[in-house]
Amino acid sequence: MNRIDPILRVEEVAKSFTMHLRGGLSIPVVEHVAFEVHAGECVVLGGPSGAGKSSILKMVWGNYGVDRGRIAVDGVSGVTDVATAAPREVLALRRSTMGYVSQFLRVVPRVATLDVVMEPALAQGLDPAEAKRRAEGLLSRLNVPERLWSLPPATFSGGEQQRVNIARGMIAEVRLLLLDEPTASLDAANRAAVVDLIEAKKAAGTALLGIFHDIDVRDRVATRIVDVTGFATRRDAA
Amino acid sequence: MTAPLLEARGLTKWYGDRLGCRDVAFDIHEGEVLAIVGESGSGKSTLLSLLSGQLAPTSGSVAYRMRDGAIRDLVSLSEAERRFLFRTDWGFVHQDAAKGLRMGVSAGGNVGERLMAVGARHYGDIRAKAEDWLERVEIEVGRIDEKPTAYSGGMRQRLQIARNLVTAPRLVFMDEPTGGLDVSVQARLLDLLRRLVADMGLAVIVVTHDLAVARLLSDRIMVMRRGRVIEAGLTDRVLDDPREAYTQLLVSSILQP
Repeated sequence: MNRIDPILRVEEVAKSFTMHLRGGLSIPVVEHVAFEVHAGECVVLGGPSGAGKSSILKMVWGNYGVDRGRIAVDGVSGVTDVATAAPREVLALRRSTMGYVSQFLRVVPRVATLDVVMEPALAQGLDPAEAKRRAEGLLSRLNVPERLWSLPPATFSGGEQQRVNIARGMIAEVRLLLLDEPTASLDAANRAAVVDLIEAKKAAGTALLGIFHDIDVRDRVATRIVDVTGFATRRDAA
Repeated sequence: MTAPLLEARGLTKWYGDRLGCRDVAFDIHEGEVLAIVGESGSGKSTLLSLLSGQLAPTSGSVAYRMRDGAIRDLVSLSEAERRFLFRTDWGFVHQDAAKGLRMGVSAGGNVGERLMAVGARHYGDIRAKAEDWLERVEIEVGRIDEKPTAYSGGMRQRLQIARNLVTAPRLVFMDEPTGGLDVSVQARLLDLLRRLVADMGLAVIVVTHDLAVARLLSDRIMVMRRGRVIEAGLTDRVLDDPREAYTQLLVSSILQP
């Protein structure tokens, strides 16, 4: 692989929502979105709330559709354009190449925490014993008490669920990791643990793209900040 | 890339002048879970019957890759061939377990019968395999000789799953598999299904009107309305960013606890 090539290249991406239940109201979100993320760097999307940061992250992950443009991810088996890829290709990319840490955990009610965390590693074909070791290591680092590991996270506090979700998002070795406010509402010790995990990913050559409202965390992890207000659709100019 | 396991093209069914479904086309590969969602009367069940060869389409085709690699149109299969597929390579999980089980036969017999249909003859082996499958679906082995009539709704449903999966099928059809069960029983069943599907690399086509079930079980969704597929794609894309008016209505109608 050419080391100069980015892991993620976003070109001329545009997104709007059409609200059919409100008489087909069209809500523009962003346009002309363009940036790159290289291996070993953490690019942070900046800008006020509502500017489209989360939408950009979701378009890269593939759970938001894309109106125009290209989202090229350099995966284990070649480059995939998430904007036009078939569902099967996006799923393959999520297994092999991309990880996503959101603020909210969504899991089957009855599955134990340890299994929730191990799942992405197992899906990549990691040996179960090694996956378990990694999961335990991550849960410890994120201060999730060991007595909780065998319980389903559904009844945990918001902060505990969030840390389980971070462990789940961090366990697999991926080329591109997307972070949607992973430190929101965490205490200082856990924020620091997450910062350490992010630094370790950077050092390992992972490309990271994230949203962080916490300025302190952002300044510590960001290699560059891409200001998304530059991609705002010019509603007033018309 | 290998051919899809099942490939539907232009599937259309008319019941006289009433439309069942129209122009449905998709592929499914091993290891994929496809959810077909929509309200009652949208054509979901018609489509499932067409896909599983239980109903002949008015037009269109369903190509299926047999175990020997040969690709056959289901319409051209003989009744005996179709029944053989159902006994060996396919599973069908009904909403009403009584439809998928033999209620007058013991739990062990229900599982063993499928094995005997594919040639198993050794009683000890059949019994051992039935016990193993009851365990996998979390039914106490001590209840192997009871009839399903003595089981709760959730247990019956799990027994039906064991009966279907014991022959290691490649494709399983499910029609509202968690419908009519209590919420806590549903969660357990969903968790079990998810694990079995992943462990066995099954292809699953699941019909459900419950978007939460679709979200937890499936990789892809097809939304049906009035016999047509109006939106299809990755499950989280369809549910998080629904494009069509009807899909937006369905998604916005989910009750949040």
